Amino acid sequence: MDITVNILLTIATAATPLLIAAIGELVVERSGVLNLGVEGMMIMGAVGGFGAGYLTGSPWIGLLAAIALGAVFSLLFAVMTLSLATNQVATGLSLTLLGLGLSGMMGTSFVGQPGARLPNLDIPGLTAMPVIGRLLFGQDPIFYISIALTAAVMWFLFKTRTGLTLRSIGDSHTSAHALGIEVIRYRYLAVIFGGACAGLAGGHLSLVYTPQWVENMTAGRGWIALALVVFASWRPWRVLAGAYIFGAVWIGQLHAQAFGIPVPSQLLSSLPYLATIVVLVLISRNKRLTMMNTPASLGQPFVPDR
Amino acid sequence: MMRLELVKRPQRSMLFSALSPFIAFVLTIIAGAILFALLGVNPLKAFQIYFLEPVSQVWQLHELAIKAAPLILIGVGLSVCYRANIWNIGAEGQFILGGIVGSSVPVLFPQFEGPLVLPLMLLFGMVGGAAYAAIPALLKARFNTNEILTSLMLVYVAQLFLDWLVRGPWRDPKGFNFPQTIQFNDSAILPELMPASGRANWGFVFALVAAVLVWMLMSRMLKGFEVRVLGASPRAGRFAGFGIKRMVFFAFMLSGALAGLAGISEVSGAIGQLQPVISPGYGFAAIIVAFLGRLNPLGIVAAGLVLALTYLGGEAVQSALGISDKVARVFQGMLLFFVLGCDTLIHYRIRLIGLAAPTLEAAPKLEEAR
Repeated sequence: MDITVNILLTIATAATPLLIAAIGELVVERSGVLNLGVEGMMIMGAVGGFGAGYLTGSPWIGLLAAIALGAVFSLLFAVMTLSLATNQVATGLSLTLLGLGLSGMMGTSFVGQPGARLPNLDIPGLTAMPVIGRLLFGQDPIFYISIALTAAVMWFLFKTRTGLTLRSIGDSHTSAHALGIEVIRYRYLAVIFGGACAGLAGGHLSLVYTPQWVENMTAGRGWIALALVVFASWRPWRVLAGAYIFGAVWIGQLHAQAFGIPVPSQLLSSLPYLATIVVLVLISRNKRLTMMNTPASLGQPFVPDR
Repeated sequence: MMRLELVKRPQRSMLFSALSPFIAFVLTIIAGAILFALLGVNPLKAFQIYFLEPVSQVWQLHELAIKAAPLILIGVGLSVCYRANIWNIGAEGQFILGGIVGSSVPVLFPQFEGPLVLPLMLLFGMVGGAAYAAIPALLKARFNTNEILTSLMLVYVAQLFLDWLVRGPWRDPKGFNFPQTIQFNDSAILPELMPASGRANWGFVFALVAAVLVWMLMSRMLKGFEVRVLGASPRAGRFAGFGIKRMVFFAFMLSGALAGLAGISEVSGAIGQLQPVISPGYGFAAIIVAFLGRLNPLGIVAAGLVLALTYLGGEAVQSALGISDKVARVFQGMLLFFVLGCDTLIHYRIRLIGLAAPTLEAAPKLEEAR
């Protein structure tokens, strides 16, 4: 029983950063913007979170720094693609390349240093309950944020007027503009929200998952988060399911390596990436369904006429 | 409060089309100066070490050519993809597979020598890169799968595959357990161009030839026209009878073959054996090269040399000033950012206006109308 609980806990820890980054990107894409810079914003969050936590000794300040750095970094993308109408694919790529370089440079002196770790929740009486105690009341704070975030985004997108407006912009920025909606302003806010989420996801990696700084420690998670959004057909609860499936794959291959299964460890390590490809193929096979779900103006630059 | 406003130009500006890479370069220099100042280094001194010292002697120009060759080869191939609006960002993986498949000749048949070895390796390298690039192409053409994500995921898989090979089945049994293959025999080594003055090898010649050939393809041949039409308007391309699926395969496999050629040239030229890591991110830097070179093969040659210089400069400031050589990646990323931003000037004029300005501007127009 204890082993099952432990495995479930590690799966949740592996799934949390994927979930947060993907939920943020989902909101961005629902507004019609494709930000391929998730990996870059995430690694900036990771290095910023670790650095602030390490320098101040407080993981909570680290957490805030991670969110702030991700948001500021995404602002760069927003200015380029929204105000200057640059190609979103190329700009997102350059954000990722810049983030990987910048984080490597900022983190040079952090390598090998012990970091601050966010403490797990501990409620007297509740956390000590058998089985469900640690699952429900004993996880790291970002886990609870991730679940709340998913619920909040679900409510926002489908139950509020602003959410409806955001979705309508994603489906047709021209019509939305004609109705007097400030397309660019909505998109700015969406992109910055996505950046803050990616930063938080990165912070989870360097403040909870492995409280240390390793170069390129995001290891493609930002890209997997992007794939998750496609896999989820732009629906929040499916992102939640997808993130936990991928978390399970990630943990599964780590456990398999630890048990010494006679398969090359490199093959096991490549499983999350191969699984991403397989999942993408399965989901995109049905062309009509994909087209129906995809925000119609996704990735297209918009310049308001006047 | 100030606001940016874009005003569409009646036609694309030739002036800014030519100037934008240079403006981008100047902006990168300015941002770089700020970066160096923040790191507590005199920017002028840093720039001298970064941009001038690495190219002040003849042997260093050879090093520049060694770094530029893979960047140009890959960038030229990617330019065809991007012109066709096909997003291959997995060139790094195709580079690695080219290196692996090409190396299979000297690793598996170390006794095999003679003038046939090298051509065979290069051919295998191109086939390896093209075959690996065919995977995302197939998935896109057959299942409509997003090629950005699949081609990128395959980079991680390729890196792990190479890691497994050099630690496992292909490890040099006499190599003291170091994760590397045997040293290639002499006939499997790409010859140097001018051994008297430096290390530069035939890889640079391949890069120049590839640039000229692709330039001819794009500007003089029907296939190049097809690429441009399908990239600008898939619908128009369909009416003209150009197949989008065939184009996906063509663009992916051409760029894959060139990335593979770059991979095997790097392994057999600069390294001489397979190691766990054979590329300092050439496949990603080449994306920057392609855009900085305006997706034009001849511009890409120049852009490849610039990016090669950023690598050398990064190494130089690391050894001279103790700054991390990651600074090269930062320069490369900033360069792409600025060039994309400057490209806006080709299609738009930018106006900085206060929020009240539109009404003021509208008034004279009304008067004219009367």
